[in-house]
Amino acid sequence: MSDRPPVKRHHGLVRLAHWLNAVFLVGMIASGLQIYAAFPHFGPRGDPYPLPNPWAGDGFPEWARLGGWLAGALNWHFALAWPFVITGLVYLGFLAFSGEWRALLFRFRDLRPALDMQLYYLRLKREHPPQGKHNALQKAAYTGIVVLGAISVLSGFAIYKPVQLSWLTALFGGYELARYWHFVTVWIFVGFTLLHVLLVLLVDPPSLRAMITGWYRGRFPSHD
Amino acid sequence: MTERGGLTRRDFLRLGIAAGPASLVAACGWDGGRVLEPRLRAFSRINDWVGEKIFLSRSRLAKEYPVSARTPERLFPAYSITWNQKRVYPAAPAGWELEVSGLVRSPRRFTIEMLEGLPRVSYTVKHHCVEGWTAIGTWTGVPVSVITELVRPLPEARYLRFDSFDSGYSNGWDLASAMHPQTILAYAFNGHPLPRERGAPLRLYSTVKLGYKMTKYVTTMSFTRDRHGGYWEDQGYPWLAGV
Repeated sequence: MSDRPPVKRHHGLVRLAHWLNAVFLVGMIASGLQIYAAFPHFGPRGDPYPLPNPWAGDGFPEWARLGGWLAGALNWHFALAWPFVITGLVYLGFLAFSGEWRALLFRFRDLRPALDMQLYYLRLKREHPPQGKHNALQKAAYTGIVVLGAISVLSGFAIYKPVQLSWLTALFGGYELARYWHFVTVWIFVGFTLLHVLLVLLVDPPSLRAMITGWYRGRFPSHD
Repeated sequence: MTERGGLTRRDFLRLGIAAGPASLVAACGWDGGRVLEPRLRAFSRINDWVGEKIFLSRSRLAKEYPVSARTPERLFPAYSITWNQKRVYPAAPAGWELEVSGLVRSPRRFTIEMLEGLPRVSYTVKHHCVEGWTAIGTWTGVPVSVITELVRPLPEARYLRFDSFDSGYSNGWDLASAMHPQTILAYAFNGHPLPRERGAPLRLYSTVKLGYKMTKYVTTMSFTRDRHGGYWEDQGYPWLAGV
């Protein structure tokens, strides 16, 4: 399809972690939505906090839920939590040891290129700014999603053990708020994933193949 | 009640492989079916172990709240199995006494007056329900550890079991959580005798467990060699339910 030589883009471990994470995340969210249905409010009983929640009082449709009932959902959630966290740690460990983190971590010096990239996307700048493996906006996204994963796990522990880990629960503003933040991370995950898939398909379809085979033959082959 | 044994390595592999399609067909509110559901329950035993051996501190106390932070009683949910079935809260049988028995050197029976004469603990704490809601109330009673000293368990006693006169409701407990200083047999709520809907005359209360572990309408507390499940636990709810 193109005369560009293919370049090796993703290590097998990264590809494995990526797809496993996608599966576990779907399972975590689906079982989480079933758990939410048991008390679809945030804040103390009878006196809910005035927090934005379009789904207050409602359950989610059956196709979006996993577990069948509260107990089944809890068992799914607490079983999948292990591979979800382990996959994340393996991925981060690989980035740290391989040095790959340099291509992904958004740093202060990426601010300016990120702005240029944004201007380019808004058609206020004609030339695609030079980039390495990923552009600065991608770095921001791929750094942010790791932070989001960490927040989802930590807020999960905060509501799993609010007495034993009371310091962590307090960090999120108490049990009721920690439960809310845990819920909010779901919608950021969903939003990220939709945008992520949309951009892959619209801007750089060969990157999908690269995440499966490891080899990239698209328009942005340069490497840090 | 019999429980299936632990997990084999092959089970883990199956669980991992099945988790993929399972998650993708999250559809239909699937609980895992005949094959996976028992394995998910078995996996839950691992979380029980981690919860008891790693997370549970024997001395850390839950935060106490001022009395003014109490949830209004009409907003503090109460339920019982008998209520769910017959719309009536169970009444204590005539001559009710707490029986403490099982693997102990000196089994004993206690009236409410006897329990009230023992060292008492009172705290205003947050109640965590498995459903995700919380409520604050004041509970007063005698620590389970105090009763334990009186009956002197045998060395082979490894678990506790609480039974009730609420349509067969019961709970099995690990000893570590039961001996926590904030685990009590409560006879008062918000400064008045325990109301019928909250488990009168005596209920288990604890700051280190979810609500469904706190047996209401207690009749017996027995020390056992084997792990007893419980009303909800036998239907699939996590057994330890530590918070």
